[in-house]
Amino acid sequence: MAGLRISKAACTSCGLCQSACPAGALYIKRKAEVDRDACVLCGLCIEACPMGAITLEKEADAPTVAETTRDVWVFAEGLDGRPHPVAFELLGQARALAAARGGVVAALAMGTGAESWAPPLIEAGADRVYACEGDIFDSGMTEPFAAVLANLIETERPETLLFGATVFGRSLAPRVAARVGTGLTADCTGLDIGADGLLQQTRPAFGGNLMATIITAARRPQMATVRPGVFSAAPRAAGRQGEVVRVQQPTGLVLPQVLKTAPGAPGESIAAARVIVSAGRGIGNQKNLELVRRLAERLGGSMGVTRPLVDMGWAPYPCQIGQTGLAVAPDLLVCCGVSGAIQHLAGMGGAKVVVAINSDPQAPIFGAAHYKVVGDAVEILKQLLAQNKS
Amino acid sequence: MRIVVCIKQVPGGSQVRMDPVTNTLVREGAKAVTNPFDAYAIELAVRLKAELGAEVVALSMGIPATGALLLDAAARGADRCVLLTDRAFAGADTLATSYTLALGIRRLGGADLVLCGRMAVDGDTAQIGPELAEALGLPHLTEVDAVLEADASGLTVQRSIEGGAKQTVRLGLPALLCVTKEIGFPTMPSIAGVRASRSVAVETFDAEALGADPARIGLNGSPTQVVRTFVPQRGAEALPVEGTAGQQAARLWEIFREVGS
Ligand SMILES: Cc1cc2nc3c(=O)[nH]c(=O)nc-3n(C[C@H](O)[C@H](O)[C@H](O)COP(=O)(O)OP(=O)(O)OC[C@H]3O[C@@H](n4cnc5c(N)ncnc54)[C@H](O)[C@@H]3O)c2cc1C
Repeated sequence: MAGLRISKAACTSCGLCQSACPAGALYIKRKAEVDRDACVLCGLCIEACPMGAITLEKEADAPTVAETTRDVWVFAEGLDGRPHPVAFELLGQARALAAARGGVVAALAMGTGAESWAPPLIEAGADRVYACEGDIFDSGMTEPFAAVLANLIETERPETLLFGATVFGRSLAPRVAARVGTGLTADCTGLDIGADGLLQQTRPAFGGNLMATIITAARRPQMATVRPGVFSAAPRAAGRQGEVVRVQQPTGLVLPQVLKTAPGAPGESIAAARVIVSAGRGIGNQKNLELVRRLAERLGGSMGVTRPLVDMGWAPYPCQIGQTGLAVAPDLLVCCGVSGAIQHLAGMGGAKVVVAINSDPQAPIFGAAHYKVVGDAVEILKQLLAQNKS
Repeated sequence: MRIVVCIKQVPGGSQVRMDPVTNTLVREGAKAVTNPFDAYAIELAVRLKAELGAEVVALSMGIPATGALLLDAAARGADRCVLLTDRAFAGADTLATSYTLALGIRRLGGADLVLCGRMAVDGDTAQIGPELAEALGLPHLTEVDAVLEADASGLTVQRSIEGGAKQTVRLGLPALLCVTKEIGFPTMPSIAGVRASRSVAVETFDAEALGADPARIGLNGSPTQVVRTFVPQRGAEALPVEGTAGQQAARLWEIFREVGS
């Protein structure tokens, strides 16, 4: 059975592993000991141990890496008859990964008009586009997409496969990962690849202010989802040439039936806003959010919030910035009473200029800010509005 | 008709902070609770049970203490509690977990409807639902906000798709749904419910009882592995904007104009 091993010779009984253990499974009895029934094998103690005394042993890593190409694939989801913007962002990152591996970048387009997406996808960095024309995709059910992807993975053997962490991408990617029996890492905020071909997938972890880097050691493809806005789109190279491979749409599938689609309220999404004024719990009460909204309006921007405000029903979910909300990339982000938890920071890495207003001079948000304003957010918002009457 | 609700135990309060001196994780009062999103799945299951006359099974893979959370689901109306527990399940990523849960459901003789919360608040991957559906060969829908109609042959549901749009979908059974908070607020266990749940015993199955392939469970069956954890680097020091609130605001307007131009 897999388990934690502690080298008694290397252990100095310092106790750091004990405080790192989220399960309370480690204790010191002359040397570090593990309660095997409590241990969840999360591996945090391995990092914590300054002596390198702790290792996690797996049984022989069952299936080894099958022969693959060095290619990086991007699933190009459709939105309103075009590739979703996240597809272009992923292609930018895929180019960097493929360059490090000497592989090819391919994009996968499915739906009515999918072939017409090939030129923009190629200009954004794809060397090859697998295009599958067909109306079977248009209802937005995952099954036909999963069928095409699983088949192509089987025959073409990509090394890496990336999805946008959209509502649809988050539904499709796990379906595909389970079908081909590989690992999947959700909502990555960083992707790197080494000469060994291992994709280093970084994301916030363990609900704490901690990042984790995750690999898929022995299965392929290595699969990851990335929120829209995390990477920036590569500049388009007009006239760039690439190959288009036509793929047959699947037949014989029985799909759930879409009876009706009602469009969302327009203008709700803040993903594309150039200016965002965001509020956290430090704003005090729901009424004060009006100040935030008014400043956003004066600046020609939108309002964003932290998760607790959505949980309390003060603001709708499409305003939420962060790992479980939206990733935003405005030119200016003004954060009012936001502490700067790692899950929130995960959604604001793309902001160009960050101004943070917080009453606590030690607030972590200042570590991510360009301008540090220590003070009462409500007071400063009132002053800001008073000084610019328009 | 059988409805299986998948439940995960998560740390309560999720208040985890870094000790700045030792650079290690400190968990404060982290009492284990039912993943909040799963409570909505239980709520839906119990409502459908009243409508359709189904048997509701609360299912979890976890440490033995997870049994208490399953009994709480019984107090809310679940008829059976099934716990998949074995040291060999430890260290499972989403693929190994969904394989194990699928074995549990097969062991029960299958399910007409499987319900999951939209994600777990600790891991936050939202992968288990679709992976479990695939392992069981069922169709699935995520972000389900409401069940509009239900009968023995199928469900009409409303779900959220990209950009806040809403879709009404008719799907046959068996199927798997991942539900959101829009399902409706979970009701508290009733006194009668608590009393009835006293006669419910947690049925436990280990790897052997499930006939699990040792290479597909726990750490051994998990293709992903954490290789490094770290505290993110702080960027360059922020420039302080000082003075009275009025002076700070005046300086901020200058900054806003600089950025705007
Ligand atoms: C799995 C998971 C996913 C998550 N996803 C997200 C996500 O997507 N987005 C997100 O935002 N959070 C997310 N969170 C929650 C996150 O960890 C934090 O709890 C949250 O971001 C904190 O919100 P906050 O900054 O509004 O509140 P707090 O952390 O309570 O901070 C309030 C801040 O306001 C300051 N303050 C108080 N009074 C004043 C005043 N008068 N003037 C100025 N400042 C004041 C305080 O100093 C403090 O810094 C997630 C958590 C988990 C576990």
